[in-house]
Amino acid sequence: MFKVNEILMKRQLASGVKEIIIFAPMVSRAAKAGQFITIMTDEKGERVPMTLVDWSATEGWIKIVISEVGLTTLKLGSKEVGETLYYLAGPFGNPVSELNSSTIILVGGGVGVPAIYPIARSLSRNNTVISIIGYKNANSILYEREIGEVSDEVIIATDDGSKGQKGFTSDALRELLDSGRKADAVWVIGPAMMMKACSEVTRPYAIKTFASLNSITVCGSGMCGACRVSVGGKTKYTCMDGPEFDAHEVNWDELILRLGAYKEEEKRALGRYILRSAN
Amino acid sequence: MKQLTERERMAKRLPTYRIRDFDEVELGFTEDQAIREASRDIRFCKASCMLGCPVGVNIPEMLRLVAEGNYEEAYRRLIKKSPFPAITGRVCPQERQCEMFCVLAKAGKPISIGAIERFVGDWALANNVKEEATIKPNGLKVAVVGSGPASIVVASDLARLGYSIDMFEESHMAGGVLVYGIPEFRLPKEIVRKEVHRLKELGVNIRLGVPVGTAITIGELAREYDAVFLGVGAGHPKFLNVPGENLLNVYTANEFLTRANLMKGYRFPEYDTPLHVGKRVAVIGAGNTAMDSVRTAKRLGAEEAIVVYRRSRQEIPARAEEVLNAEEEGIKFEFLLEPIELLSNDKRTVSGIKLMKMKLIESSNCERKAVVPTGDTTKLDVDTVITAVGFNPNPSLKIGTNGLDTDDMGRIKVDGQGRTSLKGVYAGGDIVTGEGTVIEAMGWGRRASTAINEDLSVR
Ligand SMILES: Cc1cc2nc3c(=O)[nH]c(=O)nc-3n(C[C@H](O)[C@H](O)[C@H](O)COP(=O)(O)OP(=O)(O)OC[C@H]3O[C@@H](n4cnc5c(N)ncnc54)[C@H](O)[C@@H]3O)c2cc1C
Ligand SMILES: Cc1cc2nc3c(=O)[nH]c(=O)nc-3n(C[C@H](O)[C@H](O)[C@H](O)COP(=O)(O)OP(=O)(O)OC[C@H]3O[C@@H](n4cnc5c(N)ncnc54)[C@H](O)[C@@H]3O)c2cc1C
Ligand code: SF4
Repeated sequence: MFKVNEILMKRQLASGVKEIIIFAPMVSRAAKAGQFITIMTDEKGERVPMTLVDWSATEGWIKIVISEVGLTTLKLGSKEVGETLYYLAGPFGNPVSELNSSTIILVGGGVGVPAIYPIARSLSRNNTVISIIGYKNANSILYEREIGEVSDEVIIATDDGSKGQKGFTSDALRELLDSGRKADAVWVIGPAMMMKACSEVTRPYAIKTFASLNSITVCGSGMCGACRVSVGGKTKYTCMDGPEFDAHEVNWDELILRLGAYKEEEKRALGRYILRSAN
Repeated sequence: MKQLTERERMAKRLPTYRIRDFDEVELGFTEDQAIREASRDIRFCKASCMLGCPVGVNIPEMLRLVAEGNYEEAYRRLIKKSPFPAITGRVCPQERQCEMFCVLAKAGKPISIGAIERFVGDWALANNVKEEATIKPNGLKVAVVGSGPASIVVASDLARLGYSIDMFEESHMAGGVLVYGIPEFRLPKEIVRKEVHRLKELGVNIRLGVPVGTAITIGELAREYDAVFLGVGAGHPKFLNVPGENLLNVYTANEFLTRANLMKGYRFPEYDTPLHVGKRVAVIGAGNTAMDSVRTAKRLGAEEAIVVYRRSRQEIPARAEEVLNAEEEGIKFEFLLEPIELLSNDKRTVSGIKLMKMKLIESSNCERKAVVPTGDTTKLDVDTVITAVGFNPNPSLKIGTNGLDTDDMGRIKVDGQGRTSLKGVYAGGDIVTGEGTVIEAMGWGRRASTAINEDLSVR
């Protein structure tokens, strides 16, 4: 029998991006598309949120995809199969909004692509799903097959054009809408800049657009307010009121500002970790 | 009563030293002091103090046993009402509870009941006083949600009676506010850890990382268990709702304290969670949360740490002892000021607060004086703002969706014994009362455990 929070499998999807499967039966039995978990690698670690990408209630596992951008995600990526995480809690956040018999465009950028996978899977049951997935270049492509399995149509975009269309996901989205494709709703997940750009693309078309926000989070359960964002002029908790919000109402510049709040400390912590690992 | 003896005072570490670390400020009574204080002017005792204790501790009995040096017996009797004296002795607002009702209080010299209770609790922990009772399992299962003071009491009471207890806590550490809110310098976490360890020794199965409401619903728990207790607290911070609140270096007190205490941000980078503290820090509010935040900020290097409160010194709601400690530590207090805007020089980081000057006026329909704006404003230059303006009920339980009756503030409605509108589901602590005190939460826990035991016995 596996231990709770034990890492069952780990695989590299692209440079700096890893898929990790963890034994977490309490989470897997309740998980829904759009929700997230919080993790601590060790007793001294930070508590960070990660999107639930896939899960099996019968087998008791959950899957996350991490992008190694700083101290915590690097520590997480260095955990080996058989090791257990100090803490894992969830699911948190609201499940994705339900829609029926609609045409939906899902836009994922980078590690946002795995995050749209469960949404695509859930929405594709009763809707037509077009997925736009974007990457830096052909080498950073991931989750292409998985997204294909749960989408009616897939459009790939790379910044340098080394695969699929050349340009950002927002460019691909604009082209699609300009070409006359009708959509009832759009979901975007990825870096804040990309979500902001995509929401500007859909605004003139007045298409309902949802973004899943990734603000800096401490507790994940509505008790600290670190993850607060302004939506429609009101202060909201990403963890409790979101993470999905009306993208046209989000104050993107404030979100981007707040994501940079700990730049100096993050650099310091990362530097210290790298030095230690080298010694 | 001119001939009254002076109060014994706990030794404290000197302010110049204690503001440099997070070690405990107050050192507790020595044995001699405890005995002296427990028998001080005892001839005047009218046992009126008991009226002030929310759980009805038999204080005169405790004083007598301590005066006789019989600490173990004092402890065993004490825990029948207040199960964690090392904690309540430290954090109860005694000046508004037991000590306020002491006959000597009028002369300004009430017996230091809190310090004696703390002494008894610490003595029992240091001497590892064990449970005597052997527990006979009764085959009944109870789910306890949350692990704050209310839940800890329910779990320990029912476990002793033979119930099998599963405790569900969403955080990575059990203890609720005792571990994420109240700082180490006021309540060493080692004490909470030991008390939580006792729960485990009683056979309580503590399951961390389980947010009830999403991971498992109240309905599911009610089907699986013979009874469910909800002690999820009120820790969802209220905002100021003024412009500029989302600028950088503006924290809610709970974020600030969670980063500092629970995540041990004060030991960054040894611990991974960072925390910014500037040179001039303002804390808005004057409750326990505000006092803890401002003293934490001071310890993290703030040159000036200022409490900004809309009322005056007299109305400060925080525990009196901690206000004194804060003053000794050089914390500044600015009264009769209310923030109307948080300012920024660069549109990124907070640089000051625009404040409305307030005044107190007599009010006919309220015991407390009303506070009203004067129309004059002023400005305070600061580089960090921490807001401690109150809490709402914890939201993660998603109470509204579970068919539980709540009041208009989102608190769970219960009868006097903690029974909710759902059969077999009980609640207590801050989720029922709104922000209260540790001992009130424990009192609710005791009432609920009694109700659960009664209801399940007659079934
Ligand atoms: C609801 C939610 C779901 C998320 N799901 C995923 C996921 O599935 N996979 C994944 O890789 N990441 C996800 N994130 C982001 C992830 O939590 C952060 O990348 C992580 O906390 C970074 O920690 P670190 O110590 O490795 O990096 P840090 O050293 O803290 O930061 C390194 C860099 O990452 C940026 N950063 C820091 N925190 C965040 C954050 N919360 N969001 C975005 N950027 C951040 C910083 O600005 C900095 O540039 C999610 C965030 C939220 C709020
Ligand atoms: C900073 C601060 C200082 C204070 N100082 C004092 C003091 O000096 N003296 C005093 O008497 N009182 C003080 N108080 C008030 C006192 O701490 C509270 O009244 C008391 O802790 C309430 O206890 P509780 O058991 O109701 O809930 P809490 O202590 O709030 O515990 C609730 C627990 O439930 C968990 N939880 C919430 N939702 C869920 C869910 N859905 N699933 C699972 N778990 C969940 C939370 O993580 C938490 O651990 C202070 C409060 C604060 C914030
Ligand atoms: S529990 Fe609190 S109020 Fe009651 S006697 Fe002890 S210190 Fe006083």
